[in-house]
Amino acid sequence: MIELQHLTVGYGDRVVLSDINQTLRAGQMVCLLGANGVGKSTLLRTLAGFLPPLSGQVLLQGSDLLTLSLSERSRAVSVVLTERVEVPYMKVEDLVGMGRSPYTGFFGTLSKKDQAIIGEAMEMVGITCLAGRTIDTLSDGERQKALLAKALAQQTPIILLDEPTAFLDFHAKASTLRLMLQLAHETNKTILLSTHDVGMALRLSDALWIVQDGQISTGTTATLTENGALQNFLHGEEVFL
Amino acid sequence: MTKPKTLSFGEGGRGQLLFLTIGLAVLAIANILWGSLDIPVREVWHIVCGGEVEGHPAWSIIVRQGRLPQMLTALLTGAALGTCGLLLQTAFRNPLAGPSILGIDAGANLGVAIVLLFLGGTATIGSLTIGGHLLVVVAAMCGALAIMSLLMILSKVLRSQVMLLITGVIISYVTSSIIQLLNYSATEQGVHSFVIWGMGNFASVGIERLPVFCALSCIGLLLALLLVKPLDALLLGDRYAENLGIRIGRMRQLLLLVTGLLTATTTAFCGPISFIGLAVPHLARLTLGTAWHRTLLPATMLIGANLALVCNLLSTLPRDGSIIPISVITPLIGAPVILHVILRQSDR
Repeated sequence: MIELQHLTVGYGDRVVLSDINQTLRAGQMVCLLGANGVGKSTLLRTLAGFLPPLSGQVLLQGSDLLTLSLSERSRAVSVVLTERVEVPYMKVEDLVGMGRSPYTGFFGTLSKKDQAIIGEAMEMVGITCLAGRTIDTLSDGERQKALLAKALAQQTPIILLDEPTAFLDFHAKASTLRLMLQLAHETNKTILLSTHDVGMALRLSDALWIVQDGQISTGTTATLTENGALQNFLHGEEVFL
Repeated sequence: MTKPKTLSFGEGGRGQLLFLTIGLAVLAIANILWGSLDIPVREVWHIVCGGEVEGHPAWSIIVRQGRLPQMLTALLTGAALGTCGLLLQTAFRNPLAGPSILGIDAGANLGVAIVLLFLGGTATIGSLTIGGHLLVVVAAMCGALAIMSLLMILSKVLRSQVMLLITGVIISYVTSSIIQLLNYSATEQGVHSFVIWGMGNFASVGIERLPVFCALSCIGLLLALLLVKPLDALLLGDRYAENLGIRIGRMRQLLLLVTGLLTATTTAFCGPISFIGLAVPHLARLTLGTAWHRTLLPATMLIGANLALVCNLLSTLPRDGSIIPISVITPLIGAPVILHVILRQSDR
């Protein structure tokens, strides 16, 4: 569960989003929508702990993000970022195995249990057949799935994903979102992801967070249509249906 | 049902590591047996075991004070430079990073040049006077750390990998200009010792300085081995690494310290030796086909040591008693490897 209490995010003097009060329950997959530069990534970075909040609090599973140690945080939140991961000779199983770092010992050796968890994570995402492939031979969609499997292997109650559907073709976008929705429901994880694929997000999510004019409107597709927030957002620019 | 047995997780490579270790032993022995002067194998063995050869007192000096320390120096220098290259390539996430191309050994050079050319080999800080090789090491370390810090700061600003490499090349040019300028105000003796040092030589450590050199290199190599887990995480980039629980700031400082120590030690004792640091990590990746540092780092150390021992053997090839400088041999071996890496990158 993620709770945002009077949260203001931004960089130094520059406030991007202010006084946000929202709750994201466990077992929910929520899509974060908004035009480029509106503050989606800034919010996700703050929730992941990469950026300190300017004011207010982020509660992860009930504890203040700022009071968590780095190792506690690595067991609470996992991330899938926009930056491209390119490592020569790194196999898919290695990448997924990185997710076990918070649990492994000093030299990072993987135990039988770790290996089983990695195997399960790859199976959940449907990339078991890619285990031995090096990541530079993967398509964008396969790479995204491998990163998601890494996040699953990290076994955190919360997963944050920054534009996981960017650069994917239509089918890959739909299957990625469907997978995330299914994971949230089946494993009771809290999943928050940002996307520009509004059409798919409307159909394949439990709730939407629409970021506009420094504020966040939340609700299901139905409630947001009712209160007019969705129409208001769709009239804006940079929306790809 | 999952099948963990099909997963390897970089646990492979034991065969290759064993092969490299055997190769290292063979090369180490060859380095003691082989030299500019022909000494029969049996006599060499006798001397190594602590005996003397009647009628040839020079032989035991050559073996014990020449070949033995030289072999150990080459072995450790190769391992240290390879390790440095691997650490830098991971830290900067740049396959073409290495102590020479990033200008780090140029920084160490400058430190040494200031000591040899400008200070005449001694420096007085307060009541403490440091002289000789210790001062050269300290100066090399200061120079290497200064350049490393500069690069760490610049790497935050410079997004492109190529730009960072170009910056390294520029740093090398600037330092060599400064060194040229220092040459003008230096004594003839200073210039001479600097030129000799600049040729790169595994023989320059000698028996009396060997303990210090061994200790410093082993500390650096050991520290590097302790960093394998965070190094793995760094492969994914700073943010992913932080999300996996790695303290990025502290890790960068440790990397700075270890690479600085290793580059400074090898540069101060043996002179600038190019291409080994850059090429060896790639040879290790090619041999093992893995990205995991817990196998890649030992393999890098072993391959670096093997390669340096080969270079050392090649340097004694002229049978007239003269020695080919190491800095002449290493580019011939290193350059093809680098070309392979560049071609592989452009294929993608």
